[in-house]
Amino acid sequence: MPGPATLAGSTGSVARVYRRRPDVFKGACLVASLLTVVLLAVIVGEILVKALPAIEQFGLGFLSGVQWSPNRGVFGVLPILIGTAASSLLALLLALPLGLAIAIFLSENFLPAGIRQLIRFVVELLAAIPSVVYGLWGIFVVIPLVQKYGAILAAKFGFLPFLAGPVYGNSLLTASLVLALMVLPTITAISRAALATVPGTLREGAYALGATRWETILSVILPTAAPGIVASSILAFGRAMGETMAVAMLIGNSQRLSWSLLSPSNTLSALLANQFAEADGIQVSALMYAAILLVLLTLVVNMLGEAVLRRTQKATAGLR
Amino acid sequence: MIKYRLLIVLLPALLLAAGVLPATASTTLNGSGATFPAPLYLRWSSDFRRVSPDIIVNYQGVGSGAGVTQFAQGVTDLGASDVAMTDAEITRVNGDVLMLPATAGAIVLAYNVPGVAAGLKLSREAYAGLFLGTVKNWNDPSIAMENPGVTLPNLPVTVVARSDGSGTTAVFTTHLSAINSEFSAKVGSGKSVTWPVGVAGKGNDGVTALIKQTPGAVGYVEYGYAVNNKLTTASLQNKAGSFVAPTIESGAATLASVSLPENLRAFITDPEGPNDYPIATFTWLLVKKAYSAPAKAAAVKAFVTYGLTTGQAVAPELGYIALPESVVTKVRAVLDTVK
Repeated sequence: MPGPATLAGSTGSVARVYRRRPDVFKGACLVASLLTVVLLAVIVGEILVKALPAIEQFGLGFLSGVQWSPNRGVFGVLPILIGTAASSLLALLLALPLGLAIAIFLSENFLPAGIRQLIRFVVELLAAIPSVVYGLWGIFVVIPLVQKYGAILAAKFGFLPFLAGPVYGNSLLTASLVLALMVLPTITAISRAALATVPGTLREGAYALGATRWETILSVILPTAAPGIVASSILAFGRAMGETMAVAMLIGNSQRLSWSLLSPSNTLSALLANQFAEADGIQVSALMYAAILLVLLTLVVNMLGEAVLRRTQKATAGLR
Repeated sequence: MIKYRLLIVLLPALLLAAGVLPATASTTLNGSGATFPAPLYLRWSSDFRRVSPDIIVNYQGVGSGAGVTQFAQGVTDLGASDVAMTDAEITRVNGDVLMLPATAGAIVLAYNVPGVAAGLKLSREAYAGLFLGTVKNWNDPSIAMENPGVTLPNLPVTVVARSDGSGTTAVFTTHLSAINSEFSAKVGSGKSVTWPVGVAGKGNDGVTALIKQTPGAVGYVEYGYAVNNKLTTASLQNKAGSFVAPTIESGAATLASVSLPENLRAFITDPEGPNDYPIATFTWLLVKKAYSAPAKAAAVKAFVTYGLTTGQAVAPELGYIALPESVVTKVRAVLDTVK
């Protein structure tokens, strides 16, 4: 309200009013953004301090150790690292083609806009379902399916190490299938947005050169939207890696090393969720060490994604 | 807008005040620890309030490890643990702790084998073999041998264990290590171990869910959980060679055969009586030897005495084993030394 009143006076006083007042908004923003940085530093620092005894005791052997036996004081996370990477990669592998197909379908005018909007809404609604509900759904729907068809797969293709029996319902495959569904909205939403922002002139240009719709999509629209699609995959991968509740309910929580998708496995986040409450002494440190690895892994993935994103953005910059 | 913000700031403060206010009029005891006896302690707490309204006992089932830590840090007045305290932990609280057995429970093997009713007899070799992964199928001769009338299906065994650290796992693995040298060498005992086979679920409820869902599953849970969830449980062979079904009576027989040492810390690894159920354990309340306020010490004494006397009567209906008279007498004598 004081704005118009001051303006009604003289222009000189306006300048003076602005000079006299410290910029509260700017200050508040600065404090808020610094707080975020400080908070992150405090969290990482706290984990690091708590992890220090384990880092000193186990060193890099922690990464290559295949046994996690708190009762013996033996801590190795290799099976868990593999489980984390495998479940997230598999989920991404399953979700990316599906999510991208949905994104293309929704960004083209195959259907009336109203119906497309509805489908888009439904897909994005998947993101709003709580993790524990996915876990329950996995228990009651996916596990019986994996048990049934997993047994057939293992009987027919059991000679392949990654399909070898015995078949467990709570397995890497079950967790990956549910994770794929959980990251689907992330991939679809971001890819669709990227596809929708491809300039119309590019499409018109392609048509003018005699390209069909599919030629246009595959050789013009998709490459142009590639940075967004890559970004969506990275975000999805990050979400899959950090997902805890549903995975802990479905993956079987076994620290044994196994190549089979039908065997139980474990992820870093599920391990942390399972073992923190009753841990004491060096086990707490070992879990903190595992937490550091999870943070590092997420950081590396995000930085990698950022790098890819920038490179592709530069390559396609001329098109925009 | 400012009003709302004020409310957001004030709300926790108000809630805090609400929680603290009754304490000024009476004595509040805060306890935390093992989840296994939590239902019983909460029942005691609410029943006790009717007897002496001016003592409020709060109990949180946060897990034995966290319970011991919080007690050691002085956050709580009462701790609770399924595995008692180790000597190292006792040193951490400068020896200022008394471990009082408050109730006991049995650990049962529950299974989901279609067509096989409760009471499947498992020999010591058989049930150790199941959890070692050497008994891979339900029609294994080591199981069939003891169950002549039972048709055992050709079904692979899925072992279900606890994924979180737990006193239940500690008691169960201690027992298996005591009866089977291969298990002792390969797996060992502790709150969290690496199982050679199978899957794992979080908590007794997680294990229960996995057993119910997986045909061919076998897992270990607290007796109370098995009863409440109507799980089919096995009769286990004890040291004397007889097969004993898990019941309140067979659990009580196990406790009766244990002689408690001076510090009341006794681990039942392999009971010897012919009617003893082989896997049972005490669970302990941790109290300080001396409290800062006399009122607090009196409240602790009153509450634990209530639990040891009237409280034992409700134990069986919640799936716990009531302490034998001889144990109660011993524990009360130790409780009397609290200052």
